[in-house]
Amino acid sequence: MSATAAISIAGLSHLYGNLKALDQVAFDVGPGEIFGLLGPNGGGKTTLFRILATLLPVQEGQVQLLEFDLATEPSRIRHVIGVTFQFPSLDRKLTVRENLVTQGRLYGLSGGAFRERIDALLARLGLADRARDRVESLSGGLARRVEIAKGLLHDPRVLLLDEPSTGLDPGARLDLWRYLHLLREEAGVTVLVTTHLMEEAERCDRLGILDTGRLVALGSPAELRDSIGGDCLTIQSPAPEELARLITARFQVAPRLIGTQLRIETADGRELLGRLVETFGTAISSVALGKPTLEDVFVQRTGHKFWDETSSSV
Amino acid sequence: MASAAPLHTPHSALHTPFWLPVWSLAARELVRFFRQRTRLVGALGQPVLFWVLFGAGLHGSFSPPAWAPRSMTYQEYFFPGVAVMIVLFTAIFSTISIIEDRREGFLQGVLVAPISRLAIVLGKLCGGTALAVIQAGLFLALAPFLGLTMSPWTVIEVAMFLTLLAFALTALGFLIAWPLDSTQGFHAIMSIFLLPMWLLSGAFFPAGDAGWLKWVIQANPLTYGVAGLRRLLYSGETLDAAPGLPAMSVCVAVTTMFCAICIVISVWLANRRTSRDAR
Repeated sequence: MSATAAISIAGLSHLYGNLKALDQVAFDVGPGEIFGLLGPNGGGKTTLFRILATLLPVQEGQVQLLEFDLATEPSRIRHVIGVTFQFPSLDRKLTVRENLVTQGRLYGLSGGAFRERIDALLARLGLADRARDRVESLSGGLARRVEIAKGLLHDPRVLLLDEPSTGLDPGARLDLWRYLHLLREEAGVTVLVTTHLMEEAERCDRLGILDTGRLVALGSPAELRDSIGGDCLTIQSPAPEELARLITARFQVAPRLIGTQLRIETADGRELLGRLVETFGTAISSVALGKPTLEDVFVQRTGHKFWDETSSSV
Repeated sequence: MASAAPLHTPHSALHTPFWLPVWSLAARELVRFFRQRTRLVGALGQPVLFWVLFGAGLHGSFSPPAWAPRSMTYQEYFFPGVAVMIVLFTAIFSTISIIEDRREGFLQGVLVAPISRLAIVLGKLCGGTALAVIQAGLFLALAPFLGLTMSPWTVIEVAMFLTLLAFALTALGFLIAWPLDSTQGFHAIMSIFLLPMWLLSGAFFPAGDAGWLKWVIQANPLTYGVAGLRRLLYSGETLDAAPGLPAMSVCVAVTTMFCAICIVISVWLANRRTSRDAR
């Protein structure tokens, strides 16, 4: 465990009954870093998020947030984290401002400086003219912004966001990420977000990829993509298994069968593409050449598609 | 921005003052109540309707218990019972919102705040109690129409006892609602447990001289809430020596004990970090 990490996780496992939601997860998040937890729904992101937010107990393993131990000092940690939930934690019957005042008082905030802080946050998040409106009258995007303001009220050192883009249109999503980067630059806030969106993961400094409770990859988006190699070929075929055998025999590459598609990672995809089409033209119904994406990283590390429709795992 | 800035510089006071969060949660309870007028109708309207209808309907078949003056009508007998019903209903309506808060997500934000779980419990209890005392107080203001006169001191005593009772019943509602994840579940418990508890408290009919019913009524903590309120409403005269009605000191002691037990269980429940809180 690094002494300077903002979040340090070692050997963390979590069980719901017999179901293993997290299995020996370990990673560090540096101070001022924007760290993304990427994974399909049910991969364990939300469980990990809830453990960090002090809502679930630490069953096995160690978690350190700033200088505090999560298992024994949850109340100290609650002072320094800001939490933004996937499902809004706002009282819909109260106005925007009332929601913020109610929450701030839970953190011991009151008085003139607190009111100014609310005004500043509302202005910054473009909510100043909606302060007197009840939350139930706001659009999903605006409510999400109030949710974020709520998480920032007490000036947390670590901000935890669970699927922050849920219900946001692309413009609002862009705004949100601009703001997260600003927070990191201006206030040095450490940010941990969970997401199942590749484009969102691309905006993080570093990523951890979670699949069925295990951390299958860790690194910056560029590092992860580079780990795969030069190019990525995706082949559709009426008889993929047989084609895979033929390709392996003929060229020194090992295609992987993902669903009904074949995937080949290779240094020079352009050249291989030409030879493949030349050799097995009729056995190939379509082929795509691309640079590896985070999705390819996921596929390569787990051996299955990110959105596995046939998967029955939870 | 200096990169060497200390990691740990929280702006929120490291030791949150205890009562500010309690006040915050209680105030929210009041604001919500006054924005949902239908709740007023539910908690105050139904008991008053019961009082008028049962009072008229059972007027002829009621004979006052041994400890009561011969002249006592059923409407008069039922009067403190209805006040307790208002307190019970208000407690139910305020604590049922715990389930909604959990489902709608508000509770998550409270649970990640750096406050003691006792403050969360007390916030709910103070809000619910204030609403219950206001509503029961409005109803009890009808007392002069029954010929009951109350001195200012009696009014204060009644208010204090109602507060204690409302605290106890809201705490009872809290410990029922906290582990539940559907309001239907609460309604079921209300029908098979809370309403019978009220029916068998001497609020609706007096305990007979013998039989199992008498024992059930004696074992019911709410009996002492109803009896205590009844005694206070007649203080200084008629009921001073009323065999069969628990003494005032017993009423206060039992209700206080009941309240303390419910609060302890509520705090214990709220203190657990379980998967339930994570939906």
